[in-house]
Amino acid sequence: MAEKMALAKAINESLRRALDADPKVVVMGEDVGKLGGVFRVTDGLQKDFGESRVIDTPLAESGIVGTAIGLALRGYRPVVEIQFDGFVFPAYDQIVTQLAKMHARALGKVKMPVVVRIPYGGGIGAVEHHSESPEALFAHVAGLKIVSPSNASDAYWMMQQAIQSDDPVIFFEPKRRYWDKGEVDTEAIPGPLHAARVVREGTDLTLAAYGPMVKLCQEVADAAAEEGRSLEVLDLRSVSPIDFDAVQASVEKTRRLVVVHEAPVFFGSGAEIAARITERCFYHLEAPVLRVGGYHAPYPPARLEESYLPDLDRVLDAVDRSLAY
Amino acid sequence: MTVESTAARTPRRSAGNKAGTTGTKRTTSTTKKAAGARKSAEPALVQLLTPEGERVKNAEFDKYVADITAEDLRGLYRDMVLTRRFDAEATALQRQGELGLWASLLGQEAAQIGSGRALRDDDYVFPTYREHGVAWCRGVDPTNLLGMFRGVNNGGWDPNGNNFHLYTIVIGSQTLHATGYAMGITKDGADSAVIAYFGDGASSQGDVAEAFTFSAVYNAPVVFFCQNNQWAISEPTEKQSRVPLYQRAQGFGFPGVRVDGNDVLANLAVTQWALERARAGEGPTLVEAFTYRMGAHTTSDDPTRYRGDEERLAWEAKDPILRLRRYLEASNHADEGFFAELETESEALGKRVREAVRAMPDPDHFAIFENVYADGHALVDEERAQFAAYQASFADEDGGK
Ligand SMILES: Cc1ncc(C[n+]2csc(CCOP(=O)(O)OP(=O)(O)O)c2C)c(N)n1
Repeated sequence: MAEKMALAKAINESLRRALDADPKVVVMGEDVGKLGGVFRVTDGLQKDFGESRVIDTPLAESGIVGTAIGLALRGYRPVVEIQFDGFVFPAYDQIVTQLAKMHARALGKVKMPVVVRIPYGGGIGAVEHHSESPEALFAHVAGLKIVSPSNASDAYWMMQQAIQSDDPVIFFEPKRRYWDKGEVDTEAIPGPLHAARVVREGTDLTLAAYGPMVKLCQEVADAAAEEGRSLEVLDLRSVSPIDFDAVQASVEKTRRLVVVHEAPVFFGSGAEIAARITERCFYHLEAPVLRVGGYHAPYPPARLEESYLPDLDRVLDAVDRSLAY
Repeated sequence: MTVESTAARTPRRSAGNKAGTTGTKRTTSTTKKAAGARKSAEPALVQLLTPEGERVKNAEFDKYVADITAEDLRGLYRDMVLTRRFDAEATALQRQGELGLWASLLGQEAAQIGSGRALRDDDYVFPTYREHGVAWCRGVDPTNLLGMFRGVNNGGWDPNGNNFHLYTIVIGSQTLHATGYAMGITKDGADSAVIAYFGDGASSQGDVAEAFTFSAVYNAPVVFFCQNNQWAISEPTEKQSRVPLYQRAQGFGFPGVRVDGNDVLANLAVTQWALERARAGEGPTLVEAFTYRMGAHTTSDDPTRYRGDEERLAWEAKDPILRLRRYLEASNHADEGFFAELETESEALGKRVREAVRAMPDPDHFAIFENVYADGHALVDEERAQFAAYQASFADEDGGK
């Protein structure tokens, strides 16, 4: 059944399907019940599945993730919501020291099918702690899987797959794309959760991105096309693991790579991609791998975020620099 | 920085006034029936002024407001009225697109002004993001509070200017900062006190429990002032706690008290008591001001999704400003002239705030790189230079056209 829906609605539908299919799935978080979450992603779920399946939690992130771990030990599959990116840090200890390592410590005898949903990224004019992109802080930790959909269909299917995964998945939702509509085929057979996808073919340069920056990269490719340049756009979809084979295949074709993300460039996911691709594709590259992202500065107040966030010009600038080598 | 409000007409007890308060211990007291209780099982509140504006006796707390004058009372009234006016203006400015967000304090004026006016200049305040009334009492220019809501900065004032720390958005974090600051006061041998504000929702955070632990263990001179406005966005207090919040303190080894949060006199008295305990070396106190958030959580929130009007109407009847007005009128402490003058002052404040916000310039783009480090950092310098070159490339283009 293909249907057009907003990205937030696609996640809502996906959660609904999971709650319906498996009594062990529970949704937890602050305001997820009657309010339906501050972004309405869980809208109507408590009404239909009750307060024991869709749980309004006390205002305590460490508590939310810590109890989700306990529920998982008991055979549940919790999907927890962190209200905004900047509020995951009270739970960071539980995620990093407990959630990520439990499976290994238990010699593989214990599974941690916990999904941590985090609306992330900027561009919505919010106050501080509401616009950050902390994915690299999680990607550095072994035991966690990290994904970020860029469109409604992926949001729907990646959520299904994240819930079915026996590993903890940090599910970064691009909040500024929540209201973007796209076709969702609820009967399709999805590709693997961690596979990247070429969203636009090109020959001159590869743009690699995930989550909120995929749409920007498509706009960049459109703009570049007007200047006679053919850019390939890769939606990585997953930040841990990263589908390096797909990046390599694309770079072997285009010989140039620009990685775009909102998070600070320094020690970011782009750094990892640049290093790996330089190793894998050294003799194919015509230019160093370039990165476009945030600065080594706190996420700025709303009136400055346009200067901080990668935009069309900044990405095009990097494209020019790469092509100039 | 200072504004009209610094000409405080309300009592500020001096450091020396410790007599008769040492050794006070209690949980809650007063024989008065709980005015704001939603459930019959709710504990009694400390109340000095009923919703009808009648002054009621309180054996334990009356002494903390014993020397209050008619002028002091008018000062408290003025503070509440002007704070509400400021708050209403900010809400309106958000609706007009001048602010990105606003967290209104509507209904919480008495809790904030009462506690705020109990403080001494050398005390230190750690607010959340809603303490506009306390900021007012500290003499922070209200327009300074609006920068972060307009999106031009992430703070907006020098915390040391008025001993009023920056707003903290991550729930509960500041209670630990307050405790540490209070520990420092003890180490210095000073007799100032610290007050940390937080909400009922915040009481669930681990940081708040840790602040309680540290402050108790180190006997830190800190007053934890919890404004229980009944809601944490959509979640009622019952989703945070099975016991009345003030009772939390007991398990950590310090007293807790519940005060009628809509009674400015009671807030003044109870905070005074708690501050004096702190100054006297008796350690922390938890004050739970039982009040109500009359509006939405913030301008982004839609309370119609989770709460009915009935509750709000019941609380409107306990409006903190109306209550004091009734008392002032009945006791002939204020005449029509006072109220009329205040109305004019209130309008002028609204106008000043409106104009100041509209005149607030967008920050310079290079502000992104300012103050990232105190000592400087090579990477920031490098990125600033790249940013400058990038900006300059547009200037060249424009110049060429
Ligand atoms: C650690 C953290 N989690 C979540 C949020 C989002 N949030 C902002 S205010 C709020 C409710 C706070 O309720 P309460 O502590 O009762 O204070 P109130 O706003 O009602 O004064 C929430 C959940 C946050 N700011 N920080």
